[in-house]
Amino acid sequence: MSPILITFYFLAAITLATAFLTIYSKNPIHSAIYLVLCFFSIAGHYLLFNAQFLAIVHIIVYSGAIMVLFLFTIMLMNLNKENEVHKPRITRLGAIVVFILMSIVLVTIFINSKTIMGEYDTSGEDFQSIKTLGKILLNEYMVPFEFASILLLAAMIGVVLLSKKEKTEKK
Amino acid sequence: MDSAFIIEKSVVIVTVFAITMIMAMYSTWAERKVAAFLQDRVGPNRAGWGGLLQPLADGMKLFAKEEFEPNTPNKFLFFVGPAIAMSTALMTSAVIPWGDQLEIFGRTVELQATDVDVALLYIFGVVSVGVYGIMIGGWASNNKFSLMGAVRAASQMVSYEVAMGLSMIALLMMTGTLSLKEISEQQAGMNWNVFYQPVGFLIFLICAFAETNRTPFDLAECESELIGGYHTEYSSMKMGFYLFAEYANMFISSAILAILYFGGYNYPGMQWMIDNVGVNTANLLGIGVLFIKICFFIFFYMWVRWTIPRFRYDQLMNLGWKILIPLSIVNIVITGICILAFK
Repeated sequence: MSPILITFYFLAAITLATAFLTIYSKNPIHSAIYLVLCFFSIAGHYLLFNAQFLAIVHIIVYSGAIMVLFLFTIMLMNLNKENEVHKPRITRLGAIVVFILMSIVLVTIFINSKTIMGEYDTSGEDFQSIKTLGKILLNEYMVPFEFASILLLAAMIGVVLLSKKEKTEKK
Repeated sequence: MDSAFIIEKSVVIVTVFAITMIMAMYSTWAERKVAAFLQDRVGPNRAGWGGLLQPLADGMKLFAKEEFEPNTPNKFLFFVGPAIAMSTALMTSAVIPWGDQLEIFGRTVELQATDVDVALLYIFGVVSVGVYGIMIGGWASNNKFSLMGAVRAASQMVSYEVAMGLSMIALLMMTGTLSLKEISEQQAGMNWNVFYQPVGFLIFLICAFAETNRTPFDLAECESELIGGYHTEYSSMKMGFYLFAEYANMFISSAILAILYFGGYNYPGMQWMIDNVGVNTANLLGIGVLFIKICFFIFFYMWVRWTIPRFRYDQLMNLGWKILIPLSIVNIVITGICILAFK
């Protein structure tokens, strides 16, 4: 076995184990910490694909920002077993349906994207470099890229509006 | 990959590690001396000449102290907290270019552990992970004051990371690269970035203070409100690791400030030195110049600590979200216009 394959199995084992531990650990803070470890091992998978930029951005955004806020909220709320909300069966069913639909969308995206990436594969350009990545994002994927940024901006403004509303009610 | 390459890199890595540790050690000594100087005192002067052996004595004391553990159900996480803080503080030094290159035995030795394409983002990523050391340690202490300190530290670091990232973007638009080596090379001969990005530098400096949890932003360990903040329950070398990590962070962030905005290892007349005196002498001098710049910033950290009182928590948040972030966005827009106009 090549060292890369061994690394892959090792990372895959960590990813799966921490993902299961996230679901099964009783303490919400332990769950969150396992999820952070899971994100780190996924960043390791990106590094195996030679995608440095993606790996680092993944760590910054997920481990460094989102999970810190998650932990922060869990610590402040002091969640215990007693006040755990019992989810009705219909929401669980809904979650499974959403998960399946989501995976269909993801699989189709991967199948379709392979043909576009194929051209770059033959041109022999350096995939690691952020310059190539920037060019691809602003040439081939200009429209989805801009849509995504508008979506994020709308979400940000929405969050600000939501938090403001609560404040005025309190007063 | 030949064995000479591996030996070369190992030597560079071990040297960088040793220098970071020694600098962190002597920063504790310098902090006391600077504090004494600013308050018209003598400072430590018993152990060694001018108290130079004081850090060693302090280290021995911390090692010899009793290790106390609070009654917490999370013994493992209590142990992991300082470990994360220390290792993230040391990880950043991997991408910092300490000098240009040396020629030893006919080999060109790059004075940098690794020159990755996304070095600046790597530093940002490691810094953002550093919060976990404080958060996990503070939470696992099973103490309300520690938890409050940890929560404060986390929210403060997350808020200031935004402004820090935005000030970096303005710099990136100018340099067009994320590699610290290339950024250093672009600033050869007084072509320092601070002259082009004064506002960006100021924002970065303030955010660096907040990220390293130094006064005036050391609300995470605000003694008058929180006893000792996140490390209230820690003793012995675990406590020592938290304090040590702070000084190591200070050293690394000073190095980053010097490299990003103050020309790194470049000094006026470096090219002349390379042509006339020799590559090795010129570049060794470059390392010395970089360390002078770093020491100046470390001194600046201490100077501010003993001059400016601590902020209030709401003032800290207002400064971060309502002043620094809009300012850095305006800075990005102005940088963009300037690049378009002068290109």
